[in-house]
Amino acid sequence: MSDASAPRPRRWLLFVPFGVAVGAGAGFYAMLRGLKTGDYDPRGVPSALIGRPAPEFSLPPIEAANLPALTSADLRGPLPGPVIVNFWASWCVPCIIEHPALMRLSREGVPVHGVNYKDRANDAAAFLQRHGNPYTRLGRDESGRAAIDWGVFGVPETYLIDRQGLIRWRFAGPITPDVLERDLRPLLRRFA
Amino acid sequence: MSGAGRRGEGRSPHPLHRVAFAALLLLAMAGPALAAVGRPEDRLRDPALELQAQQIGRELRCLVCQNESIEDSDADLARDLRRIVRERLAAGDDRAAVVRFVHERYGDFVLFRPPFNAVTALLWAMPLVALGGGLLMVLPRRRRAARAEPAPLNEAERRRLDELERGGGA
Repeated sequence: MSDASAPRPRRWLLFVPFGVAVGAGAGFYAMLRGLKTGDYDPRGVPSALIGRPAPEFSLPPIEAANLPALTSADLRGPLPGPVIVNFWASWCVPCIIEHPALMRLSREGVPVHGVNYKDRANDAAAFLQRHGNPYTRLGRDESGRAAIDWGVFGVPETYLIDRQGLIRWRFAGPITPDVLERDLRPLLRRFA
Repeated sequence: MSGAGRRGEGRSPHPLHRVAFAALLLLAMAGPALAAVGRPEDRLRDPALELQAQQIGRELRCLVCQNESIEDSDADLARDLRRIVRERLAAGDDRAAVVRFVHERYGDFVLFRPPFNAVTALLWAMPLVALGGGLLMVLPRRRRAARAEPAPLNEAERRRLDELERGGGA
């Protein structure tokens, strides 16, 4: 293979695997960083309802909680300001984690509506007694069918509805102080 | 790159290996079909409709476990969705309407076979992109290898060959 007609070795090709490895490494590093800062969630699923009005539903109240019931009519625009809809249950541990954030929002005057998902009414009322009640309205979704209409796949899940009654944001998982400050507050200001 | 001239030698696998591989593949694909999750009381009484429900359910992802279909998953949500699929079929919805019902609520991710749109175009095109890229790399090399004439023997090699042909050699 020493004469001139033989193909010349293309040395740059030797660096292709190296380049691929560097590229993959950089991507992997970005993913790991994103996991740490919360920018990247491999299990995150975008909601199909973003930009659409809340689905039709009508949920009964929880008598012991002494709060008005929640129906889709309460979420139709025009609304005086953005509202939050929070799916929760007394058996849900992350719901305890996010509870202080909901309490803060409610104290600041943001309407937080609750949907109690697949729960016992007494347990739900006891939960609110013990941890405090952040909800302006509270509907009871015993069968979980209303949640399915919202595309909920687990509790807690939180939605932001703007003044026109359109769903602007969905967060699956607990509203930690970080999520509250970094995501929810800017959105509340934007849609105020 | 030194292998360019050796193509087609002893590369094809033993035929028996191929059969064994195909059998394993079939077995792996049959696995999920044989397993049945779900409570008997949730199933439809009409076997044809129940079969259709199972076929639809296998196309829908359970968002709790994410890599299982709602037919295969034991999650609570999967059970609810299995029931909804059956309710709607029993109420006279066709397959497309049932799938649309779930798709409207849970988005593209719920479909194991996502629709072709601007967001999923790259996903669908990926096999073609990968194949095209591979061909671009392999074809020029094959053509070059086919074109390359074997280099003529030099003086020393010719002498050695003569020796070998005469039955001499070391």
